[in-house]
Amino acid sequence: MSAINVFEQNPSGNARAESPLHHADLRSLVGKGRQNAGVTLREHKFLGHLTLRGDGHDEAFASAVQKALGLELPGALQLVSSGDTSLQWVGPDEWLLIVPGGQEVEVEQKLRDAAAGLHIQVVNVSGGQSLLELRGPNVRQVLMKSTSYDVHPNNFPVGKAVGTVFAKSQLVIRRTGEETWELVIRRSFSDYWWLWLQDASAEYGLAIEA
Amino acid sequence: MLHIFCPHCGELRSEEEFHASGQAHIARPLDPNSCTDEEWGTYMFFRDNLRGIHHELWDHVAGCRQYFNVTRNTETYEILETYKIGEQPKVTARENTPATSAAVNERGENV
Repeated sequence: MSAINVFEQNPSGNARAESPLHHADLRSLVGKGRQNAGVTLREHKFLGHLTLRGDGHDEAFASAVQKALGLELPGALQLVSSGDTSLQWVGPDEWLLIVPGGQEVEVEQKLRDAAAGLHIQVVNVSGGQSLLELRGPNVRQVLMKSTSYDVHPNNFPVGKAVGTVFAKSQLVIRRTGEETWELVIRRSFSDYWWLWLQDASAEYGLAIEA
Repeated sequence: MLHIFCPHCGELRSEEEFHASGQAHIARPLDPNSCTDEEWGTYMFFRDNLRGIHHELWDHVAGCRQYFNVTRNTETYEILETYKIGEQPKVTARENTPATSAAVNERGENV
């Protein structure tokens, strides 16, 4: 096995970090939307996104993940979470782990230690993607306008996560609560999603949280 | 719009999430250097253009990003089954069975 260099990818000191929606200046829009808006948008900035790959059928791998994260390795289309940490099934040999910003290195090291000797991969992809949270009674209508995937509660219970086609691009939809949904988006598409979501939720009223 | 069952996600998804990637079950020669130009050319470029049952490779690009196999009727567009890479199709057309197989020879003798 080759030596793996795990290192802190966040800049130290007072380096200025800009989120994918920095240019939209969401902070200045807080409280500006309609009262009792049907959709509330929140950008979850600077989280640690780690791609975890391994053999899902291997008991040793599943128990290593359990040991390192305290989370059970989720099966197809499942999302499990504990506090601010979530683990999502992306494919039969791929998972997305989201941890609070700053914990990436520690968690990666824990995973590597627990899975020592196994054929796995952990990659920090925090810079490439971001998380948007949509909350409110009309979020489902917004999703129905945007994707061909069936987001009815019968088909999309809380704790499900699917990668699908959304508007004219692709993203991951996760349902984390009765009226709370998350979108895992590509960083370079963030402006497109921001414009799309403003337009799609305009009729229900869009409120911003920052 | 076709609904295609992804064997990895375990549910039906709309066609726009998928990408068709051509004929399935094409084995790469184990030793490319020992191939003649004709053998290699056949492997690289020549594909069946069937009317009827066809085994194809599809990619669930917008979902789990995995390749899998589809048995599709090219006349009716009907998808008869989907199955993972490495598995064998349950639905096969008679013309797809190799002419050298025992079943075909037996039938040939009887007819």
